[in-house]
Amino acid sequence: MSVLIISIITLGALALLFAVILAIADIKLRVEVDPKIEEIDGILPQANCGGCGYPGCKNYATAIVNKGEDINKCAPGGQEITDLIAKIMGLEATATEKVVARVHCRGTEEAAKRKGVYEGVKTCRAVALVGSGDKLCDWGCLGYGDCEEECPFDAITMTDEGLPYVDEEKCTGCGICVDVCPKDILELHPIDENIMIFCRSQDPPKQSRAVCKNACIACNICVRKCPTGALEMGNNLVEVVEPEKFTEECYGGIDKCPTGAINFVHPEKIKRENKTVEIIIKKKE
Amino acid sequence: MNKKTFPKGIHPPDKKELSKDFKTEFFPAPSTIVIPLHQHIGAPAEPLVNKKDRVLKGQKIGEAKGFISAPIHASVSGTVKSIEPHLTPSGKKIMSVIITNDGEDEIHPDIKPLKDDISSYSPEEVRTAVRDAGIVGLGGAAFPTSVKLSPPKEFPVDTVILNGAECEPYLTTDYRLMLEKTDELIIGAEILKETVGASKIYIGIEDNKEDLISLYAEKLKGRADFEVAPLKTKYPQGGEKMLVKAILGREVPTGGLPFHVGVLVQNVGTTYAVYETLKTGMPLIERGLTITGEGIKTPKNLSVRIGTMFKDIVEFSGGYAGNPGKLIMGGPMMGISQYTDNVPVIKATSGILVLPDEEIPHKKEYPCISCNSCVDHCPMNLVPTRIVKLAQNKLFEESKKWGLLDCIECGTCSYVCPANIPLVHWIRYGKNELMKLRKKSEK
Repeated sequence: MSVLIISIITLGALALLFAVILAIADIKLRVEVDPKIEEIDGILPQANCGGCGYPGCKNYATAIVNKGEDINKCAPGGQEITDLIAKIMGLEATATEKVVARVHCRGTEEAAKRKGVYEGVKTCRAVALVGSGDKLCDWGCLGYGDCEEECPFDAITMTDEGLPYVDEEKCTGCGICVDVCPKDILELHPIDENIMIFCRSQDPPKQSRAVCKNACIACNICVRKCPTGALEMGNNLVEVVEPEKFTEECYGGIDKCPTGAINFVHPEKIKRENKTVEIIIKKKE
Repeated sequence: MNKKTFPKGIHPPDKKELSKDFKTEFFPAPSTIVIPLHQHIGAPAEPLVNKKDRVLKGQKIGEAKGFISAPIHASVSGTVKSIEPHLTPSGKKIMSVIITNDGEDEIHPDIKPLKDDISSYSPEEVRTAVRDAGIVGLGGAAFPTSVKLSPPKEFPVDTVILNGAECEPYLTTDYRLMLEKTDELIIGAEILKETVGASKIYIGIEDNKEDLISLYAEKLKGRADFEVAPLKTKYPQGGEKMLVKAILGREVPTGGLPFHVGVLVQNVGTTYAVYETLKTGMPLIERGLTITGEGIKTPKNLSVRIGTMFKDIVEFSGGYAGNPGKLIMGGPMMGISQYTDNVPVIKATSGILVLPDEEIPHKKEYPCISCNSCVDHCPMNLVPTRIVKLAQNKLFEESKKWGLLDCIECGTCSYVCPANIPLVHWIRYGKNELMKLRKKSEK
């Protein structure tokens, strides 16, 4: 019995002693932190995605308060968080446009052939070190799903066709997938932008066509059919230079595209009579 | 005989009997030659010719850019068909000069030796000549030789090692060269010795080439500055660091090169190329290679113009025997797999290896069971499994502490791994990611 009592008393005394030391330390050794940092850190999403350019949310919060960093850099938080930060900092909220990652390739397993049997490390970044990947197209998606693996928001899934599908509701535009992809297939676009080139190949048309059925073959039809100047022919690849100018006048180019390399991202949003545009990247069921 | 070696390593079947007895043949230059402008480690060369220009054999067609770089020369005379990206054995498309051969082999008028007497070159003249001739390490790494011949002043080089180990299985081109050009190699080695100011030359030869060991021992009897160093047949005996360790017992420090311990290691092929250039003035436009493997009808040792397409060489060697399963540039351990034979021979092509389909084991990968095999065999004394596990978990800095950057990618660990883990591939991935991280943090 006495052992029990002695233990309780000694441990209790020790606990009390440490409590007092800690209490004194808390007062004496306190580091003054701007309460705004805590406050901002509290409202940030804590995904630590790095989309703002800082290693984590806390660092971004510190940068806002101490270095006067822009407050609209939190992609996952979006407009809502920007407004809240603006309130804390007493600034006027700047508008943030929601951006999402989009896949600039339609080289499905069926359309784009591979060089041969690949045996080795099955991640895109490792495959890209072997020659320039195991797809015959030097520019196309390798399809091993590094973007899916790295996405902190589970917004990317690899489809059965071998291409990534981006869930635009879940995607926060943090840009991690853009950094990860060794082939530079993903790119951030404003969510409202609807026209896109689903190809990256700058190879001569003959080569592109030989290695992928869906490649842009630089035939120039879409550029000619678009008088508004939304499109321009780059290095063997069409470029959307001014997406807002891609108006109804240009839609004919999409219908005429021989490979489907230029298309709407969301054809269902375009209301046109008697015209149906095939949805190109399907979500995995 | 006192045979030297380094600790650890492996003993793969050497398969040299397939091609070792065939004398080096000259391969007639084909009708079309594709010369990539980037065949070496370092900056790519810039083209000096235009489409439809007439070029002569030995003419410089690519100018070296930067200290670590090498110029490129035309290997035949003819007209430039086009300058366009062409697939190379590295797997990448590289800007290449495509020449239609006129079959005349007209030599460029500037091609003549700087001096008539090969022994009268000064070290500086040797370096300039070697650099202008575009000579790179012909063992496979293609590191510019002139850079290797210019070690910094604070590291005096006292020993030259002539690398005749040829530890890669199958390949026999160095063996044939050493057998057929014995005297030239000895003179070449002496020039290298004078150039770097060394006092001693070792010739490292593996003991599966007994005839070479006795041949050189006979030739060099009574020469104090030469010594034949018989080596145990073991992979990767021909690695620079392994040779230095085996012959001299010196250890090249982490991140260092042989000159840090006062050694210059030079492949026999490169040494011969240096000799040729000084003797004739002809730049590096031709190299020896072995075409071999069970998948080729008649294995051969050939002397081939740079820019000859693999398919022409395969055809010259009787074509494929059966269904080719794997086409490799270089040896089976460190060579690069090709998916097409429509690629040119580059300066680093030491061999073309064709393995038949049935020889290719399609192995299933299993998890690591920490059996220690890779640790027991790693010639660099690393712990491959740990390095790889850290890289797999993206702990690249931590992986570096375990020697990620010290790996020489010889493939020993992947060869012995009973779980078939592609360890070297993971290490290459780790190195690449670490470089990316560094670039990012520098920004």
